[in-house]
Amino acid sequence: MGIAMEWISASMKAKLISFWRALFRDPIIPFGLVSLVLLVTLAIIPAKDHFSEWRRYQRQYLRLIHDRGDSVTLERHFQGGIRQIWLPELAVADRCQTCHTALGEASLGDVSTQPFRTHSVIPHRLDEFGCVICHRGQGAATTVAEAHHSTLAPEEPLLPARYLEASCGQCHHVALPGTPNLNEGRDLLARRGCLRCHAVRLPDGSRMTPTDNPQPITHIAAKTTREWIYAWLQTPSGYAASSTMPDYQMSEEDARDISAFLIANSEPLSGSSLPTPLAPSKSAPDTAAGATLYRESSCASCHAIGNAANNMVGGDLGQEPAPELAPEPGPELTRIGSKVKPEWLQSWLQDPRTYNSHTLMPRYRWTPQQLRIVSAYVESRTDPELLAHVHLQPATAQQIANGKALVIEYGCAVCHEIRGIPKPEAYAPELSRVGSKPLAQLVFITGMERTLPAYLNGKIRHPQAFGPGLRMPQYTFTSEQADALTTALLSLTDRSFALPSRLQIPAQAVATYQPAGQAGKLMAELNCFACHRINGRGGDTAPDLTWEGSAVQRAWLDAFLKNPYTLRPAMIRHMPKFNLSDSERAELTGYFVTVYQKPDIDRDSMPLSGYSPALVEQGRQLFYSKYSCQSCHMVNTQKDKGSIGPALTNVGSRLNAAWIDHWLKNPQALRPGTIEPNQNMSDGDASALTAFLMAQKSSGAREAKR
Amino acid sequence: MKRLLLILGTLTLTAGCATGCAHQTALAPVLQATATGSTIVESSGGKQLGTPGAMLQQPLVVQVNDAQGNAVTGALVEFRAAEHVTFDPAASLTDSSGQVSTTVTLGGTSGRYELTAASTDKSGKQFDLNITELALGYQTQLGYELDQKYCARCHDQVSTPQRVSNYDNLAVKPPAFTDGDTLNKRSDSDLTAIISHGGPALNRSALMPPYGATLGKPDIQALIAYIRLVSSPPSRIAGLVYARR
Repeated sequence: MGIAMEWISASMKAKLISFWRALFRDPIIPFGLVSLVLLVTLAIIPAKDHFSEWRRYQRQYLRLIHDRGDSVTLERHFQGGIRQIWLPELAVADRCQTCHTALGEASLGDVSTQPFRTHSVIPHRLDEFGCVICHRGQGAATTVAEAHHSTLAPEEPLLPARYLEASCGQCHHVALPGTPNLNEGRDLLARRGCLRCHAVRLPDGSRMTPTDNPQPITHIAAKTTREWIYAWLQTPSGYAASSTMPDYQMSEEDARDISAFLIANSEPLSGSSLPTPLAPSKSAPDTAAGATLYRESSCASCHAIGNAANNMVGGDLGQEPAPELAPEPGPELTRIGSKVKPEWLQSWLQDPRTYNSHTLMPRYRWTPQQLRIVSAYVESRTDPELLAHVHLQPATAQQIANGKALVIEYGCAVCHEIRGIPKPEAYAPELSRVGSKPLAQLVFITGMERTLPAYLNGKIRHPQAFGPGLRMPQYTFTSEQADALTTALLSLTDRSFALPSRLQIPAQAVATYQPAGQAGKLMAELNCFACHRINGRGGDTAPDLTWEGSAVQRAWLDAFLKNPYTLRPAMIRHMPKFNLSDSERAELTGYFVTVYQKPDIDRDSMPLSGYSPALVEQGRQLFYSKYSCQSCHMVNTQKDKGSIGPALTNVGSRLNAAWIDHWLKNPQALRPGTIEPNQNMSDGDASALTAFLMAQKSSGAREAKR
Repeated sequence: MKRLLLILGTLTLTAGCATGCAHQTALAPVLQATATGSTIVESSGGKQLGTPGAMLQQPLVVQVNDAQGNAVTGALVEFRAAEHVTFDPAASLTDSSGQVSTTVTLGGTSGRYELTAASTDKSGKQFDLNITELALGYQTQLGYELDQKYCARCHDQVSTPQRVSNYDNLAVKPPAFTDGDTLNKRSDSDLTAIISHGGPALNRSALMPPYGATLGKPDIQALIAYIRLVSSPPSRIAGLVYARR
């Protein structure tokens, strides 16, 4: 048995060996072959490393700097191999500098080929923040495709350059001077009603708040007709091109039913103790006189009117260089005569707050006759075409009921106050982290670029293209505005919440300063805060009045309120004339002079007149030679030409001497942001200039009396 | 065998080339010039301040003229620039007023962009026009804002309804920030001295007041960076040292 087994195994072995030999002849050869294959396989790894993309860029860089004059310095700065910025606290591990070798080399400023460009100057250090916090992308990747386009996990590719300011907004919740797009986008979010539907929570727990002022529709039947509402709902831009109401592309039936409901639901205006308005006038002389009063009252500062050539004139207060601080412009009045009822217009002009307690419109104290002519002029702005083809049958109960359902469905009450309709909560998705929304959660339109910025931009411009059932209406944003809004939305990221709180710079709290008493009531009626700022509240289109009591003389302030004029020779616009009564003016000037005083300025420490002629002359020389104040200011209208600062012709009867003295030494301490430079003026120079300026009274008295 | 391989390779190459060329023609329909001019002039849209990676607000419009200075209709104009700048359209025929309009999208980095509009004359020789566009980065944007707030009222001759220029009212005229011939001769430290201490610091007019106590160091650096960006002819490149004239 054993022998048999042995024989079998021996014969098997012989057979195997002969088979092997037949195949390879010699065992050395396969051994060698296998070793070679192994060697080659092992060699692939260093070869792959040697021929890698980043090594190629580093070799290119060394060739680039080799021939330059400062090659020795540049070569000393260069570090080969993978370079990484590791900031565990910020979750940053960026290897971008492996290829972008020259980010900090200022002397390579002329090199325009990537990846060797120097980084433009920014206020942050690369090694403190890394790259991806601003540029996004995959910092740990070492290939261009993966780092820039995130091919393996298509979630966070590089942020396109035009939205780059979004990254500043992750920490900076206040407006920065160098990020105009982000600032505009945030302003649009607040001003164009986005925040009324979409909630945006910030990392510090606060919420962004809307700054627009939609009209209440509680008393709409007193103001306008059902026909106008019907036409407006279908195409808001048909009435006013500048309308900020979005276009719901509403069908005729929906517009018919909603207009029926709004008129039926309207409450009559009550609580008005005002005298009954005079019969509206349509006579030509009244209209012409009304036009003059309209101009004198500076209505055009807030309201635009289209002229014969279809250009908008006026309403430019909202388009100043810093729109976020300018007041919301008033409604365009090109076709107002086709909208409002004459009796409503007169009662509105008499006291706007009876109709809308939140309006920005000041209450002009017009006489009944003035009311009659200014409304005659405003009523003359009509468009006979607007409602020519609107003929509505009387509303049925069923249409009214259907209109109510539609008002709830369209979400009208999100913005407008409507009787009996509760304001819906969480009407649209929250956008607090929309800048990090995963692509898997987005539904793209076929053919559009599959990135988050492209999605947001497309949704802002054409929301209805993303599906007929979507509630978001069509807005009229320009492409720059859509880019700005996209930038603001892209700043709302997960990273913004994850970054350490020491890096967060919170938005300025909304100032809620409210002046007290009768003067406070008057200031609310005149809406001073639309243009003036006091204690941090209000706009910046007119001077900050926080320390006005220290600055101006009481008699001048009273005369100015009686008949406002412009202090700046280059400006046409001035404060409107509110026709205040003597007692109202006394109330306001008294309040200003007593309350708005800077504690460290003693008004009575320097006299208003009686300075020695020698000191006045010394001041004159300083004014014209050393400080050359005439480049911006005028003292003598015949001789001086400077038209930037206020005219100083009557400054001696306008300002207090102590204020001028403090102002000259440090203007920014008294009015932050004023453009008059701080000249580090000595006490002696300041008092001489103050004496000279206080001597400028002659022509001023005449002007104030005018 | 070898011959077979050779034929196969040639076939592949030809096929590849054919599809490639076909692809190219499908992308850009060839425009045929119906007329030729001899010069290109800029009508509008040059020297705009834009955002990196974004479309410029105004289109770039150029005009083709013949030797007599009359506008030429139907001349082919092609726009070219360094990488990452895109034109829509990149080539077009001049309209009835001899003009071509294109929208320009700048590259993703801030700085100066040199664009070229080119056309060919009767003999087939090319002539072109160089146009500069500027993209503001964080620092130059800050400089622009400061210029608008503090400087442009005197240094910019152009008046707008929002800002009436004070240039004409000044006894000594300040240089425009675009005036490279004047400002490029001044070093960064000279400009810093004038801005901080006023004109008299360098024996210039006292009408230029000192801003050293009003603006911070980064503000002044930003202003200088902005002045260097907008200057025409371009300011010298950082890193190279020239003798001062």
